[in-house]
Amino acid sequence: MNKLSLMGLFGLVVRRDLLLAMRRRADVLTTLIFFVMVVSLFPLGVGPEMDMLRKMASGVVWVAALLASMLSLPRMFSADHADGTLEQMMLAPQSLSVLVLGKIVAHWMLSGLPLALIAPVLGLQFDMSPEALWILVLALLLGTPVLSMIGAVGAALTLGLRGGGVLVSLLVLPLCIPVLIFGAGAVEAVTSGMSVASNLAFLGAFMLFALVFSPFVAAQALRISME
Amino acid sequence: MAINWFKYSAPTTFYGLAGKLIPFFAWPAAILFAYGLYIGFFVAPTEATQSEAYRIIFLHVPASILSMFIYLIMAGYAALGLIFKTRLSSMMAQALAPTGALFAFISLWSGALWGKPMWGAWWVWDARLTSELILLFLYLGYIALQASIEDPRRADRASALLAIVGSVNVPIIYFSVKWWNTLHQGATIKMTGTSMHIAMQQAMFAVLIACWLYVIAVTLARVRSIILEREANTQWVNDLPEVKQANGGQQ
Amino acid sequence: MLEVANLACSRGDHRLFSGLTFSLHPGEIMQVQGANGSGKTSLLRTLCGFIQPDEGDILWNGKRAHDLGEDYYAELLYLGHLNAIKDELNALENLQMSAGMAGYTVTEQQAIAALRRMGLQRREHLPVRVLSQGQRRRVALARLLTGDAHLWILDEPLTALDVGAVGLMQELIGEHLSKGGMTIFTTHQPLQVAGVETRQLTLS
Repeated sequence: MNKLSLMGLFGLVVRRDLLLAMRRRADVLTTLIFFVMVVSLFPLGVGPEMDMLRKMASGVVWVAALLASMLSLPRMFSADHADGTLEQMMLAPQSLSVLVLGKIVAHWMLSGLPLALIAPVLGLQFDMSPEALWILVLALLLGTPVLSMIGAVGAALTLGLRGGGVLVSLLVLPLCIPVLIFGAGAVEAVTSGMSVASNLAFLGAFMLFALVFSPFVAAQALRISME
Repeated sequence: MAINWFKYSAPTTFYGLAGKLIPFFAWPAAILFAYGLYIGFFVAPTEATQSEAYRIIFLHVPASILSMFIYLIMAGYAALGLIFKTRLSSMMAQALAPTGALFAFISLWSGALWGKPMWGAWWVWDARLTSELILLFLYLGYIALQASIEDPRRADRASALLAIVGSVNVPIIYFSVKWWNTLHQGATIKMTGTSMHIAMQQAMFAVLIACWLYVIAVTLARVRSIILEREANTQWVNDLPEVKQANGGQQ
Repeated sequence: MLEVANLACSRGDHRLFSGLTFSLHPGEIMQVQGANGSGKTSLLRTLCGFIQPDEGDILWNGKRAHDLGEDYYAELLYLGHLNAIKDELNALENLQMSAGMAGYTVTEQQAIAALRRMGLQRREHLPVRVLSQGQRRRVALARLLTGDAHLWILDEPLTALDVGAVGLMQELIGEHLSKGGMTIFTTHQPLQVAGVETRQLTLS
């Protein structure tokens, strides 16, 4: 019998969650469609003046991305909780934190990554410049993992609660504000001709910071919620 | 003389102790509050640039200071409860949250009242106002989480973790909002004019102390209620004279 | 060896049990008995570390299980009310995934052999969704065959199983005990392992 290494466990969890999502594609697609819809609603709400739309584009895309990733958060642990897999995960002899990190990465690949990839198309609706589109994608790639990581803590804390879906947004959204500010700020910086380096550097710093602490905190939250 | 502090950390003994302490905080709070507001509203001189409107700061500033301090104290108690499993610490954290939220709300409301005559708008996206709003959101999230978990032990531990995560985030949020604000060249509230008049200082200080005393008194009262609620099935609660009386009245 | 000393556990305000003391040696099997709501499942979940006991200690080979943490989990196999299998995956994938969570890898041959022994021939590649309740339980139970945990904690392992599968379970537990394993379980059905006396622990 072969022991599984930490990397092996991490890879297994990511593969497993991606495989499950592939067999339940609707969940991933609903998040994406929600994102596209919310962004497309804004011009209908505020009017089609291109100047104004160009100005608010980055903010709109970021807020929509934030909401879309909230939408998929409750699902992060709930299915595993309902069928008992989570109990087995907590008994994993390697490390629950690594397991949680695997689930976070899988969640990001299924929510944040598709949003980042489709964002340029939506940016065109708002007449964003090519440079701004590039920065938008880059900022989303740096920022959305943080949303998944903070979200994992919220999802773990609200596991199995009535109305957990709304509650998790209530807990997580305020904590995501820095990501929103620097993410949208990066795009705005490039359109107003300033340097985007500092914005992107902050996003990267947030990501590293969250990467170090959030798997452990989310694992603790899971232990609390499972008791 | 060595006092056994742990004796008082048991909810049973703390219930009685808190009951005795409340008047010692509540009365000075009321007196200082009346004194501070009197000085602030009637004695302190009219400010040169802002005329009478500035007087809201005697409420606004203490409320803002306290709303931030209470969050840290709450997170501290929550962490103590999580690490040392002391039930009383968790109850203290739970009892502090509504007061903190109240002060955050007062701070926002008085800020808006101050903003209207100063800038002609009820709300400006000033860095401090925005941070205060986010702080209110954090309080509400904490209270909502605590309220939606029925098992008190899980509720304590889950909300403690949230409070700790929140308190780590507070400086990051504050810094981000400040950065965002300078980038957008928004309005910033500044105390214009020269140094504060001695009467102004007195009034501000009195109200601040009064608020602290109020927080202590109201938190103790709330902890007593939480103890009663959680230990409702135990013998000692049913033996309390006030509980016996209430039960007798119902029958 | 598993030692439990003076264990007390409560759910909410309700004290389920207290002063619970017992030990379980290699080769021993113990059944936890008690009426519904007497805390059988809570005891097993406490032994798994899901629930923090109010009082008392759980010792594994003389060390506190709580301090051992993941080293203790490596010795432990828990099977709860829930099967911990995914409807979307087939039996083979499910078994391989749960082996991975438990910290080891199984080859496809090993997994197929285990599933066959559990009476799931030709069901290996079917999505679990289409299997019956009893067959799903068998998929979950196949984990017993692939791991090398010393302590089996089984909560109602016989639920939904037919007579044949119950016999198989008795056989499996017998093999496990003869290799020096330990088993602690709850059940409402008779479960007798040949040649081994089942110790009883009654919660009231």
